[in-house]
Amino acid sequence: MNLSRRAFLQATASGTALLLVAATGLAPRRAAAAVNPLAPSDHRPQFEATNLDDVVKQLGGGKAQPSADIDLKAPEIAENGAVVPVEIQSKLPGTRLIAIVSEKNPHALSAAFHIPDGTEPYVSTRVKIAETSNLYALVQTDQGFFYANRLVKVTLGGCGG
Amino acid sequence: MADPMRIRATLTGDTVEVKVLMAHPMETGLRKDADGKLVPARYIETVKVNCNGKDVLTADWGPAVSKNPFLAFRFKGAAKGDKVTVTWTDSEGESRTDEAAIG
Repeated sequence: MNLSRRAFLQATASGTALLLVAATGLAPRRAAAAVNPLAPSDHRPQFEATNLDDVVKQLGGGKAQPSADIDLKAPEIAENGAVVPVEIQSKLPGTRLIAIVSEKNPHALSAAFHIPDGTEPYVSTRVKIAETSNLYALVQTDQGFFYANRLVKVTLGGCGG
Repeated sequence: MADPMRIRATLTGDTVEVKVLMAHPMETGLRKDADGKLVPARYIETVKVNCNGKDVLTADWGPAVSKNPFLAFRFKGAAKGDKVTVTWTDSEGESRTDEAAIG
């Protein structure tokens, strides 16, 4: 009786110690990963960025300037944030990259398209938007980075199940 | 695993418009399944479109591109009957290539 009680106490004591280690040492790292998990194989720093400035920096630029020569088409109200059609047309000469940036998503950069010579500076796709936020069309030319933005209201989030 | 892409390439004047519909779950790693367990992240990371030996578009995607991704773009310098080849590679290293003739 006494022996089994002792064994029980020892077992719970070491169990508590383990739990404490887990709570202090491992949990924060796991929590951080849960906020911002890319696939383990994904090592692209531009996708770790959480805002427009950071995305531009990771793509090798300074600061993006607003431009009226970028045409960004997206719905004003997206009823389903999981499927938001986005169309971007750049009228800036020498456009070589078009990117879609959504600042309130876990990863700001949604997609980046490299435009070689002979391809029009135009893309159309569908993205997920987590919540009502500014959607940016980011364009890189030989002159640097430029953007256009518009507010997209999301009534149903894009990341939940 | 992955189903074939649906690719349509049409020539209007001197411009080819390409429309692609891929079959991919595009899991963000944030979604939970019916048992409340996180579904591991798995999404297309790169897309390459080639025509006559030239890359006409390459794209880097994150998990925020919608499930069963749609992509449309336009390029010049190809003729009717030329093949447009689309390849995607996902975060698990799986890839798929499909092609369509320009019509």
